[in-house]
Amino acid sequence: MQNSTPATQSIRSSLSNLLWTLVRYREAGISIFILLLVFVVTLRAPSFLTMDNFNDILLNISILAIVALAQTMVLITHGIDLSVSAVIGLVGMMVAFVVKQNPEMPVILAVLLGMTLGAVLGSFNGLIITRGNVPPIIATLGTLSIYRGLVFFYSQGTWINSFELPKNFKMLSKGTPLGLPNMVIIAILVALAVYYFLNHTRTGRDIYAVGTNPDAAPFAGIRKERIIFLVYVLSGLMAGLAAVLWISRFESAQTNTGAGFELQTVAASVVGGVSTAGGVGTVPGVLLGALLLGIIQNSLTLIRISPFWQLAAQGLLILIAVISDKWILSRVERTKK
Amino acid sequence: MTEYILELKNMTKRFSGVEVLHEVCFSLRPGEVHALLGENGAGKSTLVKVMTGVHQPDKGEIYLDGKFVSFADTRESRQMGIAAIYQELSLFPDLDVAENIFVGRQPLAAGGRIDWRKLYADAGNLLESLGVRLDLKQKARSLSIAQQQMVEIARAFSINARILIMDEPTSSLTLNEVADLFRLVRRLREEGTAIVFISHRLEELFELADRVTIMRDGSYVDTRLLKDVTRDDLIRLMVGRTITDLFPKQDVKSGEVVLKVENLARAGSFRDVSFELRQGEILGMAGLVGAGRTNVARAIFGVEPATAGKIQIAGREVAITSPQQAIKLGLAYVPEDRQLHGLIPAMPITSNISLPTLFKYAQRGWLQDKVERKATYDAALQMEVRANNIWQMARELSGGNQQKIVLAKWLSTKPRILILDEPTRGIDVGTKAAVHALMSKLASEGMAILMISSELPEILGMSDRVLVMREGHITAHFSRAEATQEKIISAATQAVTSGSV
Repeated sequence: MQNSTPATQSIRSSLSNLLWTLVRYREAGISIFILLLVFVVTLRAPSFLTMDNFNDILLNISILAIVALAQTMVLITHGIDLSVSAVIGLVGMMVAFVVKQNPEMPVILAVLLGMTLGAVLGSFNGLIITRGNVPPIIATLGTLSIYRGLVFFYSQGTWINSFELPKNFKMLSKGTPLGLPNMVIIAILVALAVYYFLNHTRTGRDIYAVGTNPDAAPFAGIRKERIIFLVYVLSGLMAGLAAVLWISRFESAQTNTGAGFELQTVAASVVGGVSTAGGVGTVPGVLLGALLLGIIQNSLTLIRISPFWQLAAQGLLILIAVISDKWILSRVERTKK
Repeated sequence: MTEYILELKNMTKRFSGVEVLHEVCFSLRPGEVHALLGENGAGKSTLVKVMTGVHQPDKGEIYLDGKFVSFADTRESRQMGIAAIYQELSLFPDLDVAENIFVGRQPLAAGGRIDWRKLYADAGNLLESLGVRLDLKQKARSLSIAQQQMVEIARAFSINARILIMDEPTSSLTLNEVADLFRLVRRLREEGTAIVFISHRLEELFELADRVTIMRDGSYVDTRLLKDVTRDDLIRLMVGRTITDLFPKQDVKSGEVVLKVENLARAGSFRDVSFELRQGEILGMAGLVGAGRTNVARAIFGVEPATAGKIQIAGREVAITSPQQAIKLGLAYVPEDRQLHGLIPAMPITSNISLPTLFKYAQRGWLQDKVERKATYDAALQMEVRANNIWQMARELSGGNQQKIVLAKWLSTKPRILILDEPTRGIDVGTKAAVHALMSKLASEGMAILMISSELPEILGMSDRVLVMREGHITAHFSRAEATQEKIISAATQAVTSGSV
């Protein structure tokens, strides 16, 4: 730039500073992106900006947010849990059978049963990874197939339909005694709990430490294997909770319930700023990531764009997120010394 | 009661069958600074890790205050009052400075919640007492190496340990920072803390330490009071062995200068490196690990190009920016780490050997398998590689045979200049002799060889001339006749006296 005056230079540099801040603080970047998207979509489809539609979006992303937060904890340790979708399928089917046979049972027991079953399935992942020394992507790819296979085995290929489920169970997700649907409130509580856990407990900080430098963990007295085992148990437990909400919301348990969902959870996390290299990720970021995915799905339908584009848009977002992460990292490394 | 706060008896430790510690004894008194001294690979760092529970000994006992103890991990040793700064930096890049200091033992408020306010306040006070100015909320990823080392030191100090172990804490600090650190160490000593101190800078030991224990090849040699020994005594105890004339270096009349390097530098790793290499000559490069020797080699070969200075090959000035270009100019580089940089472990012998010369076997984009197989078979045969057949995977071979394959690979490019980085590290005696014989033969045929080695007998036995590097620049230059172990160690460890700063 030969002929730039000091004034234009300072404008340019403050602009680049602003951009830099935006990409660096992922939450700010996504928020602006979401606002832009809302603005554009509202111009095309005014029905987008209504309370009803907003409620709809929140309802749609609650389950995604819960499982994406679980996925996030795993990703922070530099792992991945591909089996969450099959855990949802298997736990959903088992809980649906139990509820069908015991329609009088309190709903809270169904929730606890789902979380326990999920935690057990997650602990298998944890054992295979820590004891068997299997890379997480392979271990959970294996259990993804095994758990999905068990759904067929357990259900003998049959479905459980809406009429077989008691009404109070179906209302677990949709009831609005507190103004918002229960499911949204549960997701908010889960997010608060995960936030507290990751930011204010030693174990939560150990998760970041193990992810950012696994080799140094033993020098700091952190028991790496325990932490890794724990995140897979938590991932299973939260997927179990999501399973119960899922069958309550969609009022059926099918053999393919949740299929493909694992990729959406990874997408929400990565778009929300979680690094697949481990050590990085925040709860607000992931929630915004889930919200963005939810808004895209919802708005593309509203402005009548083919659902095929939804997948493409999701894919594009992931690529943008990962490339900008690499770029930020290289800039941070370059500013050293 | 015993006079010792910590006693190690007959410590033995093996890694995959290789003994790295052999019956080592070590004792530490309260209120002393006890130095551990030895060459690279003498076992000092392993001994430290056994003291803190990172490694568990295969044999031997640890006594703390005269009582038998054993540590399953560093958490247990920390609870007993042992803190350590390890040689490898062990920070967490995505956590900030304050949290790195207290990671794994953050102060807790009521209800098990981390007391972040106290954590930042404590971290701030600690850094202030160490005389370090750092942004507490800066991520460790963005710190310089020296800053990272200060955070490591702060972490060890924050434990308020009765025993503080420091494994080369000063390797990347400036003189002022070292002075600050020593002031603190002396204060701790007065308060009765026992300190284990490892450094390659002998002058630091004389300045700081009370006693010194010398180790060699994984074994205990001696413990002395520092006031009773001289620098030369220490070097002799460290080196120990006498040099045998196993090395078959033939005298070759060196020819023309083929490689000339002038004031070569790369920011952050080395500077002002100048030397000449002649046809038929073996130039040895000695120095401690981390002195910058490998960086010089990598810069000449274009892996991490130099940022300043000139390189001349056969009298012509060249700018080497990639290994491909270096290969075309007649250079070959056998790297230090065979597994990582030298070989592709999951490829067969034949593909490994033909890698840099594939273009020779390709016609119109198709590989001529038969020609490739014949050529690589001959190369492997010539190097006397021991394998079932040339399809065997490189990773299945012994270290010595792997090194032969790396050599075969690079010799097939017919280089004029061969750079060897630790050519015989970790390979058996027989192969070692074979590699030395080969080097001698290549030199007599007119090849120019630059040999980096941390093994003094190898340097002394094989080199026509010896360069010594320390902390990124050349500190000494000896002819074959001048070079002795003592002189080289002295040049590799002594603080720079002239010609710099």
